[in-house]
Amino acid sequence: MTPAIGLGHFLTVAAILFTLGVFGIFLNRKNVIIILMSIELILLAVNINFVAFSAHLGDLAGQVFALMILTVAAAEAAIGLAILVVFFRNRGTIAVDDINMMKG
Amino acid sequence: MTLPLFFFYIFSAICIASALMVIASRNPVHSVLFLILAFVNAAGIFMLAGAEFLALILIVVYVGAVAVLFLFVVMMLDVDFAELGKGMLQYMPIAIVVGIIFGLELLMVAGSWFITPEVAGGSVLPIDAGVENTRALGQVIYTRYVYLFEAAGIVLLVAMIGAIVLTLRHKPGVRRQDIATQVGRRPKDAVEVVKVESGKGI
Repeated sequence: MTPAIGLGHFLTVAAILFTLGVFGIFLNRKNVIIILMSIELILLAVNINFVAFSAHLGDLAGQVFALMILTVAAAEAAIGLAILVVFFRNRGTIAVDDINMMKG
Repeated sequence: MTLPLFFFYIFSAICIASALMVIASRNPVHSVLFLILAFVNAAGIFMLAGAEFLALILIVVYVGAVAVLFLFVVMMLDVDFAELGKGMLQYMPIAIVVGIIFGLELLMVAGSWFITPEVAGGSVLPIDAGVENTRALGQVIYTRYVYLFEAAGIVLLVAMIGAIVLTLRHKPGVRRQDIATQVGRRPKDAVEVVKVESGKGI
């Protein structure tokens, strides 16, 4: 819909954001909160891709999909943080290295 | 350079810079605030792509709800974050290797995409330029995608109940209001009529 901005621009920004998210997961191996935020960044990159292709192909279905991803991301953040709070109450730490109660 | 392209570069530069600060910042509160900044700028990118409804929903949902939830949890947990950040450099080499490989792969895909003409021609829901974005989305999510929409609602309901079930706890020794006992209280249990002789007291 906007010929002024090419699809490649959007895809590049989304690729960089996705990479930063993956990078964040590897970098902050100890802090679960930062890992959750990195997952949010990854989902944001996916959403940018959906919206960019939706605009480029002139198809509204991509935006409906992006809406659903937004819903699932919000649910995931709520459940993840709830698990984090419960874990902190039980163990008194949120370091990833200490999460080995199940000996998996 | 056209004006939309100019704004696109501004939004994406701030978005990427703040995403970098999210993962690099020592203080998790700063990370959450940079996450908010990244989402606001991503909303600007959405707006430039023509998805106005999603852009505003992104601000409402993420800045209004999810980011505040993160902030709440970060401030509620009494964690020594300086201690947690110490081992960061230990994983730096593998993180850089994985990040560079991943980023190059994705950028190569982004730089050499090709859409076959049949795909470009056969869109499921063609965007009508005469209908504004919010109206167009509303016309499809309550009709064509109504089951998807209700499934999204169920996902949110389950997430809400799950979060409450996980975090609710009853501390022993805390007096709580018990509605059944309160309503079931009879006058004869509570009030006693005593005949007091004059000059004696009880």
